[in-house]
Amino acid sequence: MQRQYTVYLQSFISRPCVRMFSSLKLRVGEVLLPGDEFSFDTADRLSLTEAVKAEKVVCGPGLRRSGDRLLVCKSGVLRHKEPNTFWMDSQQRRYVPAKGESIIGIVTVKSGDVFKVDFGGSEQASLSYLAFEGATKRNRPNVQVGDLVFAQFVLANKDMEPELVCVDSSGRANGMGVFGGGGLLFSVSLGLVRRLLAPHSEILTDLQQLFPCELVVGMNGRLWVKSSTVQQTLVISNLLQSCDTMTAQQRQQLFRRVAQGAL
Amino acid sequence: MGGWGMGRGGRPTENTCRMKDTPLSNCERDFLLKAIEEKKRLDGRQTYDYRKMKITFGTDYGCCFVDLGKTRVMAQVSCELVAPKESRPNEGIMFFNIELSPMASPAFEQGRQSELSVKLNRQLERCLRNSKCIDTESLCVVSGETVWQIRVDIHMLNHDGNLMDAASIAAITALCHFRRPDVGIQGDEVTVYSPEERDPIPLSIYHMPISVSFSFFQQGTYLLVDPCEREERVMDGLLMIAMNKHREICSIQSSGGIMLLKEQVMRCSKIASVKVSEITELISKALENDKKARKAGERCGFAESMPQERITALKMDETPVEMTDVTDRANDIVQNTEAPPQTVPSPVVPVPGVGQIGQGLQNAWGLEEDDEEEEDVSSHEEEEEQVTKMEEEQHEKESREGYFIYFNWVHF
Repeated sequence: MQRQYTVYLQSFISRPCVRMFSSLKLRVGEVLLPGDEFSFDTADRLSLTEAVKAEKVVCGPGLRRSGDRLLVCKSGVLRHKEPNTFWMDSQQRRYVPAKGESIIGIVTVKSGDVFKVDFGGSEQASLSYLAFEGATKRNRPNVQVGDLVFAQFVLANKDMEPELVCVDSSGRANGMGVFGGGGLLFSVSLGLVRRLLAPHSEILTDLQQLFPCELVVGMNGRLWVKSSTVQQTLVISNLLQSCDTMTAQQRQQLFRRVAQGAL
Repeated sequence: MGGWGMGRGGRPTENTCRMKDTPLSNCERDFLLKAIEEKKRLDGRQTYDYRKMKITFGTDYGCCFVDLGKTRVMAQVSCELVAPKESRPNEGIMFFNIELSPMASPAFEQGRQSELSVKLNRQLERCLRNSKCIDTESLCVVSGETVWQIRVDIHMLNHDGNLMDAASIAAITALCHFRRPDVGIQGDEVTVYSPEERDPIPLSIYHMPISVSFSFFQQGTYLLVDPCEREERVMDGLLMIAMNKHREICSIQSSGGIMLLKEQVMRCSKIASVKVSEITELISKALENDKKARKAGERCGFAESMPQERITALKMDETPVEMTDVTDRANDIVQNTEAPPQTVPSPVVPVPGVGQIGQGLQNAWGLEEDDEEEEDVSSHEEEEEQVTKMEEEQHEKESREGYFIYFNWVHF
C-alpha cells in the first residue's frame, strides 16, 4: 500500500516515542474520527534500566502532527505497515491531486501550446503539448478535445494549477498518452482504486478469472474497461462499481455467479 | 474548491472558476451510442424500462420524496389565503416552482435561471395547470375576496437524468398527499381552523397527469425511455408526453429539433399509457401505505425515510446487471484469434537475482531502423521483436503495475 501514498509523509521523531508507537499499534484496525488524538504523557516515568530507542513513526494521509500530539484528521480505519508507517484508510470519491500519481483525464480545451485536462479535481490541470513522447514543435501530438489521456502529475500543489505530463523522467511514454477507443469510462471510489493497484490485489485475481479485458486504472477514481463485446464491458463495469462496498466473500460469490452466467 | 472570488454585492466575479460538470469524453460517447445500437443500456435495463422508483413522504402533509434510480427530487406543497386574480374571482391560484439546487449537480448554479430550469418550469406548468387536474373553484373561500393559493415547490436533490418525470411524479403525489386547513365563514368573517381544531381537508384532484420522457438517438432511429444522465448527454432529442391513467394526453413536448414520424409518436403514446398506469398504481399504493401508517400512529417522516448510509455499513442497493449472453464463449475467442506469441510457461532466471517473465517491450533506444510502433495496449497478442535488457524489463514490469495488467492467456 505504501506505493500509492506518494502524499506527504511526516516523520515524527521523539525520544519517548515508544509509547506513541505502542498506543498507535493498539488501535490499528479501529474506526477513528477526526479529533481523536494520540499523545504521549511526559508524566509517565521512563525506565532507566531499559534501553529506550528513538523510534520513528511515519504518519501517512489522515494523520497530522500538532505539537507533541498526533491528530486524526480524516475518518476511517487506522492501518499499519511494518516497520513504522501508520495512516487512515478513508472512503472518499473526491480526488486531491498529488505529485507522481497517474490519472485518467479528459481533454477539455486545446489552446495554443497547452491542453487543459479535467481529472475530477477542483481545477483543470494543464498538459503541455511537448510533454508527449516524440513531440517537437513541428511534430505535434494528435490530441483532440474529448480524448482520454493517461498522465501523471509533476506539479500538484494546493496553491497552483496542477501540471500533467505524458512522459516519464527519461522521456519515454511508458504507457501514458492518449488512449481509449471502444472502451467505457466510469468512476469509483478512491479506496477501490487503491485496492486494485495494491500488489497481489484480490479483486484483480478474481476479475482475471472472468473474462479477458483491458483495464486502465487512474488514481483519481476513474477506470476504463474494454472487453471483446459491449455486453462484457458493461458487465465488468457494473461489477467493479458494485464490489466497492462488498466484503471479499460477497464479492467472490458475485463473481462466481457471473462466471456461471447465471445472473 | 478553486478560487471563489467575491465581488461587491456578494456575487461571484466573472473570472472565478465555477464548478463545471465532468465533460463527456469521445470514448464514452462512442461507447454509449454503440451500446444503444446493440440495444444495451449501461445498467442493464431494457429499452422501455423505468429505473427503480421509490416514493416516500415527510412528516408534514404535502412533503414528498421521489427516487428514480439515483435521481432524487423533493416536492413540498403549502397554502395561504390571498386575494384572487381580477379575471378569475372564483378560482384559487396554483403556483409551481422548480429549483435546481447546486446539490444536484455541479452544473447547476445557485440563483441563476438556467435554460434547463426555465424549460422544466414551463413543462410542469403545462402538465399540471393547463390540464386542470386540480379543481380550483373548490379553493375559493369568499368570491372576489379570499381564495387559497396553493404553492408547489420542487427541489432537485440529485441529478442522474430524467428530472422532468421525477418532478411531475413528485408534484402530483405531493398534491394528492396535501391537506389544507378547514375554513369557516360567518357572514364576512373567515376563520381558519388549525389542524387540532378541525381535520384538514385534502384537495380535490380530478386526475393525475404524469409525464413520461423518451430520448431519441441517431436521428430518431433508436428510442429509450427514462434516460439516465449519461444517456441524456448523448441524445439527439427528447419527447415528453404527459398523460393520465384514463389515456388522456395532457401535454406533448418535443425538444432537440429532431424530426419524428407520426408512427413513432403514436407508438410512444401507447408506451406512455402503459407506463403511466403502472406509475399511478405505485403512487396510490404509496399514499395508501402512508395513510395507514399515520392512522396507526407510527413514526413517519423525514428522519425515518432516510436510509442508513453509514460508512461502516456494508449495505448497498443491488446494482441491476444484465447477464444474458455473457457466456459468449472464451473458447470461441481463443479459437478465432491468432496464435499468441510463444509464452514462457514459468519465470526464467537468467541471472541470479533477476526473474524474467515474457519478453518485455521492444528496445527503442538507439535503434533507428526499427520504427517506434505505438504500443498497442492489447499487447498479449503483440509480437516482441527482441529481448531487451534485463533491468529495463524489470523496471517496465514494475511501472506497468500501476496502469494496466497483463492477462495471461490460459489455454483451455
